[in-house]
Amino acid sequence: MATKAKTNKKRRRVQADENVCIGCKLCEVACIVAHSKSKNIIRAFNEETPRALSRVLVEESKPLTFALQCRHCEDPPCTIACMTGALHKDPVTGAVLHDREKCVGCWMCVMVCPYGGIQRDLREDKAASKCDLCLELDEPACVAACPNAALFVVEDED
Amino acid sequence: MHKSLIKAEFQVERDDYKCIRCRVCERQCSFEVHSYDADADRMFEDELKCVGCQRCVEYCPTRALSVQPHKSTIRPHGNWPYRAVKDICKQAETGGMLLSSTGDELHHRIYWDHLVLNASQVTNPSIDPLREPMELRTFIGRKPDQVDVQLVNGKPVLKTELPPQLTLETPMMFGAMSYGAISYNVCQSLARAATASGTMYNTGEGGLHRDFYQYGPNTIVQCASGRFGVHREYLNAGAAVEIKVGQGAKPGIGGHVPGEKVDKEISITRMIPVGTDALSPAPHHDIYSIEDLRQLIYALKEAVEYKKPVGVKIAAVHNAAAIASGIVRAGADFVTLDGLRGGTGAAPTRTRDSVGMPIELALAAVDQRLREEGIRNNASLIVAGGFRNSTDVVKAIALGADAVYIGTAALISLGCTVCQKCYTGKCPWGITTQDPYLTKRVNPEIGTQRLTNLLRAWSLEIKEILGGMGINAIESLRGNRLHLRAIGLNERELDVLGVMHAGE
Ligand code: SF4
Ligand code: SF4
Ligand code: SF4
Ligand code: SF4
Repeated sequence: MATKAKTNKKRRRVQADENVCIGCKLCEVACIVAHSKSKNIIRAFNEETPRALSRVLVEESKPLTFALQCRHCEDPPCTIACMTGALHKDPVTGAVLHDREKCVGCWMCVMVCPYGGIQRDLREDKAASKCDLCLELDEPACVAACPNAALFVVEDED
Repeated sequence: MHKSLIKAEFQVERDDYKCIRCRVCERQCSFEVHSYDADADRMFEDELKCVGCQRCVEYCPTRALSVQPHKSTIRPHGNWPYRAVKDICKQAETGGMLLSSTGDELHHRIYWDHLVLNASQVTNPSIDPLREPMELRTFIGRKPDQVDVQLVNGKPVLKTELPPQLTLETPMMFGAMSYGAISYNVCQSLARAATASGTMYNTGEGGLHRDFYQYGPNTIVQCASGRFGVHREYLNAGAAVEIKVGQGAKPGIGGHVPGEKVDKEISITRMIPVGTDALSPAPHHDIYSIEDLRQLIYALKEAVEYKKPVGVKIAAVHNAAAIASGIVRAGADFVTLDGLRGGTGAAPTRTRDSVGMPIELALAAVDQRLREEGIRNNASLIVAGGFRNSTDVVKAIALGADAVYIGTAALISLGCTVCQKCYTGKCPWGITTQDPYLTKRVNPEIGTQRLTNLLRAWSLEIKEILGGMGINAIESLRGNRLHLRAIGLNERELDVLGVMHAGE
């Protein structure tokens, strides 16, 4: 590619295998729990308000189903579109991350993401919401929760 | 309208405190039991539709669900259990035959549970399979009456030309389940697991998908009365050919894959039009005697140029011993006996539960008869019909089997909960269905691994048991009924089984 990302060598992201995705949406459930305050599934859903949002979305056009989240692009259009620098590519991990403090909720990132990987978070502090690769966990929560091995982490070196 | 008297079989309980309204249960249930009401923010369930497959229970992320046999019941009556009443209500409503799947579910005696095995103590040493070699290798095929060996440069060389043999690394194979009855992904998992384990899987009567020709060396291809997908290339793609005359779950009845299950791939494989019922006739219309059977056996041997064993599968019925003798004399290289508890994708319930006999009795009778007639070596004996664990297998081998087929156990390892609804084509575990939304539920990578693990685990257990008996090769156990003793059987049963009672 001509316009190469400058900083990192690795590109890490979660990949879906649509042949074995059964459309259960357990990945979405796990994502919500992982991004909740309590990390307890029942509290995360039934007690916490606002409820955390899932950053992975299962696309459905039956029988086809697959889970989609931020691709952590090499040259992410969202980081260019973001006027406050809330969206940035982490130089160490290569993950495209979102800084909630800086976000003003203009949704430019939502508009430019070619994958639909960013959602509008319409709760009190209007902001964007996207996959952060669960960097603090051993494995992204969706990957760990998928019952049919339809999600896995891919990492390519360039 | 009049009120339906069909009764709920299961009761679905949801712990409302634990339920997070994720609707996973709703998406997993292929019988549409669960539904979500957005206005009330509540899940509802239509219990009448529940078949008790446990899919929702397993997938609910908070374990909020339990599904159990329905608690409401009628006044107990010896002749009229609730089950009998339910069946009658169903038939009064539909006017049809009761259909079911899997094997016999009545409480016919399971003889395996009345047989115990021997072990070495003091006078003969037991063997530790972890330290010493233990041989499970099994050969399926006709064995010559005698072998001539010649010494060439001091080394023994076999002079007799051996008839074609299948080599199995463990005496267990995956039984016949057709593409059409089971999904593509399940066929693939079975084929790969058989290959990885050095054993065979059986195509059943549905032909062989082109994609699976690569697993041919580990495939037994079937030729049944419908002749679906049977052609020269198919016959030669496998390692052996099995003529299917009968099936333990439904002796005397042909197969039936409903038209809805016959999609494009299945239609190509079976060589029938898309959407037509795949009906295999009850009899082979070219077989009305042992002589006719001999003709088919030799026609198939011609087709495979005498390079592959050709066997015959029958359901275990009253005269199994005499029939098996005829089959061996007709030239079969192996005989497959399928017992009463053998599974099926679809069978009339009454046939499934009451026609045929337990495989233990049929096996003992057939092995005994073939020995008495001095033709036991002319064919291998493969048995099938509800094998649940490795000791069932060991006992079968001691009773005289060369190898066993496992079918239902293999499906259980892939998730099947024996809900007996295969015939609906809606298998919630994605096994016996062709619905592309459901078949994805079996990931062939995971399926292959689980099936391979199952065979490995059972093989390890068989070695352990053999070692305990002081035997280092499965060959030495074959037909050695002295290693078996019975518990709680009467004299007639002991006689038929040819085993002594424990203590004797
Ligand atoms: S958990 Fe896995 S199988 Fe279920 S919807 Fe998500 S990706 Fe698909
Ligand atoms: S899967 Fe469990 S938690 Fe989710 S809606 Fe169903 S019962 Fe509730
Ligand atoms: S998934 Fe199975 S056990 Fe659960 S409600 Fe549906 S039919 Fe019943
Ligand atoms: S294969 Fe599927 S439908 Fe058939 S008994 Fe098993 S779980 Fe039920």
